[in-house]
Amino acid sequence: MSNPIFNLAVLLPLLPFLAFVLILLWTGRNKRLSAGLAVGSIGLSWILGWAIAIAAFRVEGFGANPFLAFRNWLPTGPTWQAFGIVIDPLTAVMLIMVPFVCFLIFVYSVGYMGIGKPEGQHDVRGWPAEPGHVDPLVSRFFAYVALFATGMLGLILADNLILLFIFWEIMGLCSYLLIGFWFARKYPDPKQITPKEAGLKAFMTTRIGDTIMLAGILLLWIQTNSLSFSEIFKPQTLASLATTTANLPILGPTPWATLIAILIFWGAIGKSAQFPLHVWLPDAMEGPTPVSALIHAATMVSAGVYLIIRTYPLMQAVPHGPALQFISFIGAFTALFAATIAFTQNDIKKVLAYSTISQLGYMFAALGIGAYIAATLHLLTHAFFKALLFLGSGSVIHGMEHGHHAVGHSAHGDTEAAGHDEVSVSPARFDPQDMRNMGGLFKRMPRTAWTFIIGGLALSGFPIVTAGFWSKDEILADAFVNGHTLVFVTLAVAALLTAFYTARQIVMTFFGRPRTEAAEHASERDSIFAWMTIPLMVLGVFAVVAGWVAIPEDFPILGALSSNPFHHFIGGLAEALEIEANPLPFRLSPLVVSLIVALGGLLLGWLVYRGYAGKGAPAEGSPLEIPDPMARPLGRAYTVLQRKYYFDELYHAVFVKGALRLSNWLFRVDDLWVIDPIVDGVGRLGRWFSEISRRFDTAIVDGAVNGIAAITNWMGGIVRGIQTGRVQNYLLVGLVTVSVLLGAFLLLPK
Amino acid sequence: MVPLTWYLFLAAALFCIGVFGALSRRNAIAVLMGIELMLNAVNINLVAFWRYTDLGQMTGQLFAVFVITVAAAEACVGLALIITIYRQRHTVNVEELDTMKG
Amino acid sequence: MQQVAFAVLSLITLGAAIMVVTTPSLLRSALWLILAFFGIAGIFVLLNADFLAITQILVYIGAISTLMIFAVMLSSKVMDPHQPRFNEQWGLVGGFSALLFVALAAIVSRVVWPVAQGEVPVDTIQRLGADFVGPYVIPFEIASVLLVVAMIGAIIIARERE
Repeated sequence: MSNPIFNLAVLLPLLPFLAFVLILLWTGRNKRLSAGLAVGSIGLSWILGWAIAIAAFRVEGFGANPFLAFRNWLPTGPTWQAFGIVIDPLTAVMLIMVPFVCFLIFVYSVGYMGIGKPEGQHDVRGWPAEPGHVDPLVSRFFAYVALFATGMLGLILADNLILLFIFWEIMGLCSYLLIGFWFARKYPDPKQITPKEAGLKAFMTTRIGDTIMLAGILLLWIQTNSLSFSEIFKPQTLASLATTTANLPILGPTPWATLIAILIFWGAIGKSAQFPLHVWLPDAMEGPTPVSALIHAATMVSAGVYLIIRTYPLMQAVPHGPALQFISFIGAFTALFAATIAFTQNDIKKVLAYSTISQLGYMFAALGIGAYIAATLHLLTHAFFKALLFLGSGSVIHGMEHGHHAVGHSAHGDTEAAGHDEVSVSPARFDPQDMRNMGGLFKRMPRTAWTFIIGGLALSGFPIVTAGFWSKDEILADAFVNGHTLVFVTLAVAALLTAFYTARQIVMTFFGRPRTEAAEHASERDSIFAWMTIPLMVLGVFAVVAGWVAIPEDFPILGALSSNPFHHFIGGLAEALEIEANPLPFRLSPLVVSLIVALGGLLLGWLVYRGYAGKGAPAEGSPLEIPDPMARPLGRAYTVLQRKYYFDELYHAVFVKGALRLSNWLFRVDDLWVIDPIVDGVGRLGRWFSEISRRFDTAIVDGAVNGIAAITNWMGGIVRGIQTGRVQNYLLVGLVTVSVLLGAFLLLPK
Repeated sequence: MVPLTWYLFLAAALFCIGVFGALSRRNAIAVLMGIELMLNAVNINLVAFWRYTDLGQMTGQLFAVFVITVAAAEACVGLALIITIYRQRHTVNVEELDTMKG
Repeated sequence: MQQVAFAVLSLITLGAAIMVVTTPSLLRSALWLILAFFGIAGIFVLLNADFLAITQILVYIGAISTLMIFAVMLSSKVMDPHQPRFNEQWGLVGGFSALLFVALAAIVSRVVWPVAQGEVPVDTIQRLGADFVGPYVIPFEIASVLLVVAMIGAIIIARERE
């Protein structure tokens, strides 16, 4: 049964795509119109998305009867691969989150990128604008984010792996374009990664995951001859995949399902920045903050999680199989790994980046242990509060820039007049993103502060009143109840660290006294902050209430009030796909642990850092020189953590250098030694032939033609001699003829 | 009685002398003289034939009269031409009148 | 008797003719031509063509030769008497004219001429006159026109250009 509104679902990705095309082709010059187009299109998609989702909620047993619409599209030999959309409970809940968060971030971007502000005289294309000015390339920005929205919306509607992969790649492209949005930006420190390099790094790293995923998809195709979800998740198909094996070297006979599942999961590892392909996400913070919020927190990185949720029947085709174990291992490990790095980072966005990596690890761990519904819930709640946190950090950064500008410096500080390529000699470059420069922003930027704190609490899992609590607690409970002790412990420690570094972040940024003049003069008073703080507040609301749709019925006191609609809705889907998703019995222990790690972590963070925050600006020297309170106790370990376990250096030495050398060698082979000389040689050979042909033509052919003409000329010259112009000569001819003829006539015998 | 053939020989001889004169002299007037000789040879032939074969009619003589008439006209025009050419080119050497050469 | 006359006359004629074509001086050549004309007139007399003989003298000697002498006089300055009389092809011409003569003579001697004897008319003039205005009136008229045309043409050709 289908509500006719479902047929409109195809508009969801098309509207932002239309905005993308229109901005690129026509409205690029008009910044306001471009922004308006983008926001308008995603706004429409939001309304339509909510309408469809609400219609979906109303359908009884939607999980068993999803809405499908497809067309035979790709001819594949004797069969067709159909392309279409699927709307089932998973799609519906994603449609609640995705277009809405996109819309809020688009609105936020209007303020963040300075729409409505005058153009700066000294602003260079490819550099961020001076505060108070609009970014010179903002139309392009909106075009790219619109394209990105197309990708994400298409991804969640896709009904087969190939279509999903196409949108996956679109998002990868947009990620590259948007990370490198300020493509001309350079830093005085050559070791610091530029936006252009960061974009390339992101693209390359996710490429590795994508390639492996593509291999998995292709193998799946070979085995099942179809990539549509409805086809491959049929029980018979899954059973055959689970039982037929591929003979792999070293690993021996492996069920196809395991192999394909792991290969596809590698795509998620790349896209969701899990270990070992996590290195791109922190550097992706070089992009504008809305981009970080949109792509690298709420949507694109969660596409990896979405992929696993969507293909979960395949993941669990082999019960308790290596695929799920691998997923949970990677997830749990990454969760802890990233959390340990997060509390040593000083850039406000980098903390959030590692936090994202860590939370994504949570989701994968949850999926690995079978907490299907909990993982989905955490995906949604995380999107809200992580987007909130990123947008809040963007607001903080803008506030710091305005404060810095107010004190009379160029806000970006990297070179004195933006646009010079040469390294400026100014010694201390002011970084508005460095938390060590902040402090005391609570009074100066209240709305940002409140919403940020709400988001931080949600991230830490502050009980009851934050959405993060419900989803995180659910995961921990599932791990505990089902006996995955190692995962439980890892996730609990990670949760502790999460709360700790969140408290650190909040205290360093908002509490205490300002450590620089810029922080002192930071403010929310500019008109752009109106655009920015309203989405913050809306997200703040969602960060609080989003979890309440999933309060377990067994929960003390509150459970009685809740019918856990979320669980029922998604549970319907799980049931249709034969995924184990029974509601868990309530246990006290995981709840207590959850409360201890959350509240305890927050308290610890506050305790450790309040002294640091309270000190305010140092008497002399820069605030960057103040040591972090955690630095001395941890000693050498702190440095290792701050350098992210030296993974970037390791990868550079192992992979990047070798690739560069190979590329260089190939360049020499191609251009200098082999290919070009061959091509040139062929060219020269051609010219040589042509030269010979020319000579032949000139000498022989032309010679023949000219020769004939010359002969004719010569003969004519001779014959011309007959015409002497003298009548007597002519008459002589007559005389000769007549006399000869007569003579011959007479002399010849009759 | 002079046989016809003698007249014919005379005429032939005179004609050939006229041919020689017309074709080998340089002076244009000399060429005209040669032509006159040729015409006279023709006249002799005509009259001889009239006399010996066709006395009933006057055709032979008639024709000869016409020949003389035409010869007169032709000599007149020819000499006018020669005088004009002489005025223009200051030559009466037919060898120099070869603008149609080639 | 006639044959002697013929022989003499033909000798005069041919001799004069040869002198016409070989004399370097044009004036002499013209005079020899007059002599040749006289000889031919005599031949005409022998042939009983009296009118024609007189006409020959009148026209040829009286008019044409005079004209030629005029032309010679008018152009005498140009001709250099020491220049060769003949052009370079005179040898060929002589040879082939001789050949022509031989051929013609051969023809003349081989053909059986249909000689007919008849009454020599004494009133040739009357007969000629009757023929001119009778059966041959048209050629007669045309001949007069021709003469007029030639005259006018000669005047036009030879008049002084302003």
